[in-house]
Amino acid sequence: MNKILVFLETENSVIKRTSKEAATFAVQTAGKLNSTAIGCILNASDDDLKSVSKYGLSEIYNIKHSLLKNYSSTAVAKSIFQLSEKVGIDCAVFSANSKGLELAPRVAVRLNASYVPDCIGFVIEGTDIKVKKPIYGGKSIATIKTNTTNQVYTLRPNVFLAEEGATTLTFQEFAPDLNANDVKVVVKSVEKQAGKLDVAEADIIVSGGRGMKEAENFKLLEQLAAKLNAAVGASRAVVDAGWREQCDQVGQTGKTVSPTLYIACGISGAIQHLAGMSTSKIITAINKDKDAPIFNVVDYGIVGDVFTVLPKLIAKI
Amino acid sequence: MNILVCISRVPDTATKIIIGSDRKSIDETGVKYIINPYDEFAIEEALQLVEKNGGTVTAVTVGNENAQDVLRTALAMGVENAVIIKADKYVDSFFVASNLAEYAKKMNPDLIFLGRQSVDFDSFQMASTLSEILGIPSISVVSKFEINGSTITCTRDIEGGKEILETSMPCIISAQKGLNSPRYPKLPDIMKAKKKTIDIIENFGGSNRVDLVDMQLPQKERQGIILTDSDADIDEFIRLLREQAKVI
Repeated sequence: MNKILVFLETENSVIKRTSKEAATFAVQTAGKLNSTAIGCILNASDDDLKSVSKYGLSEIYNIKHSLLKNYSSTAVAKSIFQLSEKVGIDCAVFSANSKGLELAPRVAVRLNASYVPDCIGFVIEGTDIKVKKPIYGGKSIATIKTNTTNQVYTLRPNVFLAEEGATTLTFQEFAPDLNANDVKVVVKSVEKQAGKLDVAEADIIVSGGRGMKEAENFKLLEQLAAKLNAAVGASRAVVDAGWREQCDQVGQTGKTVSPTLYIACGISGAIQHLAGMSTSKIITAINKDKDAPIFNVVDYGIVGDVFTVLPKLIAKI
Repeated sequence: MNILVCISRVPDTATKIIIGSDRKSIDETGVKYIINPYDEFAIEEALQLVEKNGGTVTAVTVGNENAQDVLRTALAMGVENAVIIKADKYVDSFFVASNLAEYAKKMNPDLIFLGRQSVDFDSFQMASTLSEILGIPSISVVSKFEINGSTITCTRDIEGGKEILETSMPCIISAQKGLNSPRYPKLPDIMKAKKKTIDIIENFGGSNRVDLVDMQLPQKERQGIILTDSDADIDEFIRLLREQAKVI
């Protein structure tokens, strides 16, 4: 392998945690394969560049073009392809977040690359790479072999380590050759819910199920979440009942999450829910039914009524 | 308006996965197969557009002849044509995308709808891959879809919020839960769907870019420490999180 390119993202001029993970992975993998890890970023300011500079990449290309002021996945894919033509990339790494999952398959088609999404592990022996990826919503782990020289991967957030690394880093600007036809799809605006931490990005998730009895009672989970700087998640039953929004749903037909700590409150542990959170580092549950399936997958569990346990927990933490 | 809906046949989400003897697929004994849940939103959106603007909806899947069951469900919902592009079970997403693209080139649809991900291989890639192969735009994970003249406006779910995007036809849309409420086929429609023809055609060829070489069940050792709701145990719970797991 010659060069590994990692796609870097910042938010408010601070590198996203997922990009730290992707950059660290690229640097470590480049080390094993005797290749070079480089990065690219869109329309970056000096502060953006400073924030992405600490993770051991040897070159970072700042992709700049007036047509990229509003994000356009088609135009960005073309820009990355042109960058690849210029510097010779045979592997591209993205985070498996909403942007990466949308963009990476495009780059893969353009690079004639094989693509493995949502990777959770790599087995590298010599130059041979095998990739681990959850399938069936995490009920099984597949080992995937790629059949092409060029490869594209997206990495599941919060699975790979982020580590700072020292290296001689150079920044370069890259001006892609784009025209109006390349921005066939464009982001017009972004609506972020102020102060809301998304379950897909949170380090800690406090999640509620049918055992919370009604929408009003999620206040308890919000109080606990506020103390832990956590996001509040929900089971499918809760979302279907309209107690919480679809974007909070954890499970096979909701979001797949991998936080450091998952606290399941009043969640029985239906197989499709477990599928969405089984790669969490530490899983805990509070449920009054000692036979609830959730207790089969916990590190620590409390058998008890959520309405008794949660107020005490909130007071003590 | 001609709309193509790409669907896939997946194990019901309540299925317990048992790995097959080839270690590259699941043991299908007793597994109930359904339309991929996200594809139902894709079908519903296509049907509503055609009901409003006229046109036809064609449902297509890449797979074996067993997929007739899910295509019958699509027909019962109101889809006009149903097609199976024959392929064996070891084909990868790129093979599927290439074949869907070949079919789309022949049909030349105004819109292509599909689910945001198929809940078997969870690859989230079909809309983008088709978009690049066909050279038409796509928007993924769409929870709101509107047409105004030639302009298409979509809302797409992102981390902690939503993005509003604009594009034009022809384009590809991958559906997120919440886009609409998929209809339940009524009994007479189910009966009628049984008599309709499903076209089964040979695939257009292609090769796998990735191969699944092994499957495992997730193996994560959990400690399984179960406590009571006593004050002492709640203190212990907090201590374990702080001192043993070091996660808070």
